Amino acid sequence: MAIVTFRDALNQALREEMQNDDRVFLMGEEVAEYNGAYKVSRGLLDEFGPMRVVDTPIAELGFAGIGVGAAMVGLRPVIEFMTWNFALLAIDQVVNAAAKMLYMSNGQFRMPMVFRGPNGAALQLSAQHSQAWESWLAHIPGLKVVTPATPYDAKGLLKSAIRDDNPVVFLEGEMLYNTKGEVPEGEEILIPLGKAERKREGEHCSIIAHGKTVLIAIQVADALAKEGIRIDVIDLRTVRPMDVDAIAESVKKTNRAVVVEEGWEVCGIGAQVVDYIQRECFDYLDAPVLRVHQADVPMPYARNLERAAKPDAQKVTAAVRKVLYQE
Amino acid sequence: MNRALLRSMLLQRRFEERSAEAYALGKIGGFCHLYIGQEAISAGALSVLRPDDYVVTAYRDHGLALARGMTARAVMAELFGRRDGCAGGKGGSMHLFDSKLNFLGGHGIVGAHIPLAAGVAFAIKYRGGDQVCLCFFGEAAVNIGAFHEALNMAGLWKLPAVFIIENNRYGMGTAVSRAMANEDVTVRAATYNIPGESLDAQDVFAVRDAISRAVERARSNKTPTLLEMRTYRFMGHSMSDAVSGTYRTKAELEEEMRRDPIILLKTHMTGAGEIDDDAYAKLDDEIKAEVQDSWDFADASPEPELEELYANVVVE
Repeated sequence: MAIVTFRDALNQALREEMQNDDRVFLMGEEVAEYNGAYKVSRGLLDEFGPMRVVDTPIAELGFAGIGVGAAMVGLRPVIEFMTWNFALLAIDQVVNAAAKMLYMSNGQFRMPMVFRGPNGAALQLSAQHSQAWESWLAHIPGLKVVTPATPYDAKGLLKSAIRDDNPVVFLEGEMLYNTKGEVPEGEEILIPLGKAERKREGEHCSIIAHGKTVLIAIQVADALAKEGIRIDVIDLRTVRPMDVDAIAESVKKTNRAVVVEEGWEVCGIGAQVVDYIQRECFDYLDAPVLRVHQADVPMPYARNLERAAKPDAQKVTAAVRKVLYQE
Repeated sequence: MNRALLRSMLLQRRFEERSAEAYALGKIGGFCHLYIGQEAISAGALSVLRPDDYVVTAYRDHGLALARGMTARAVMAELFGRRDGCAGGKGGSMHLFDSKLNFLGGHGIVGAHIPLAAGVAFAIKYRGGDQVCLCFFGEAAVNIGAFHEALNMAGLWKLPAVFIIENNRYGMGTAVSRAMANEDVTVRAATYNIPGESLDAQDVFAVRDAISRAVERARSNKTPTLLEMRTYRFMGHSMSDAVSGTYRTKAELEEEMRRDPIILLKTHMTGAGEIDDDAYAKLDDEIKAEVQDSWDFADASPEPELEELYANVVVE
């Protein structure tokens, strides 16, 4: 079994899908000659040439719209944002064009495209570069929103996203690019969008997470297992559509849940998860569902303040103990 | 050819006159932006295209849809919000689409569709085709970022698109002079190193000539062009504002209406012996009957099924 980084798993997905289908192209800032700001597209220019691996000017709105236009007439663009923080300049194309084209045209124009790039806080990048956008994007009907946590999932989900006939928002945790995991070679990995995965099995409490926070959930589950507390870790993998069945199945078993996310509290992904839980599992709950999320502030620069603002294992552990009435 | 141009322009005019009537009766809702006064642009420009070329425009789209060959029935039923509309009643006035005619909308955010046109042109070049994409927008859109980003990339990458400014002199109620630091929009073409031209677009022949040159440049040399079509809208920005009196005077409107593109073409054709008053009246009657038929058709078309509410949100 090959051990590869998250970034190389994404690179494999892009390479394989570009080999499979000559309608697939990659466009964005620094994706070609520079090999990608985060090296996700390393080597692709050499293999596929400048018509399929396209460096753009710094013009997010413009090249996102070019992707939409190309998708309208049958190409399958992968639009890379250097970070999702910059994608705000292009959000009109994602929300008003890509997400609505199929509906407005009554099915005449499909949007087989992917908008992808790093999402969420890294280290000390401060307020404008440290934001998790999934709740904004998941709000929009017509989009699918994917948040992989592991190299294997990153590869399998990106390949599925590229093959999907809908506009897919693909959010790559910026701190995940160097993480490593098993990705088998010579095997077609396709993970269906909209399906969660249980990353740890347990019956005492559910932790529901997505993206980078899945790693925190696993860390907490493994630590608490040593005390005999067994956690069910549900990795949503796709936050829209969300796998409500997987959430409900887990919470009905454990009767307790903690929901973790990188983003802010108000109207966050966790709020939606909690809503599903109260509807689907009302009679099964033994404790209020708790949420762990970023502090409700713009991200500060100072190391200690940034640490205090982010969700981490300590905060998640505390929440788990609270729903178990162990504090 | 001249007769086809006249027919197209007259169909657009009569169609929208009845649209205004239907709007007043509450048969059409929401926003409804009429094209009346600008028909030489749609008729002239689209008469140059091949069926496999592409057209994308903003929300003032009825005239272009008809000129591209959508039936009056399909457009009127869409305005009425009915099942037989070109988008099944889901798009409405601002979002007319027809994939078979390569008519790519109908877009409601000023300037946001200009990058889409560049993307269509990118796809043409990607596939090695020789089609072109015509992109229409009002003059107010040249002040928005999307215009600059799209034209920069179209110029940089040599994309086969023609960007057509329909300068009707008012962005809603704001005169050009109150919105543009430099009113000479062809200067902007030079910024992106592409050909630019400004012309009197009440003259359908001038439109055809300019578009022909631009389309040829796009087809043969993959060179984009920026064209300013100087025109005038005879109606308000949308159905909700007065035709004159607030941001423009009645005198100005009347002066401009003397250069009605339909009358100019008719006068030309009469002078050339291509049509006389009787033939014109006969053509006009035919078109009025066609528009009445579209009204009757739209009126009789059922509302969309309620299940349609959740259809085509995503491809399943």
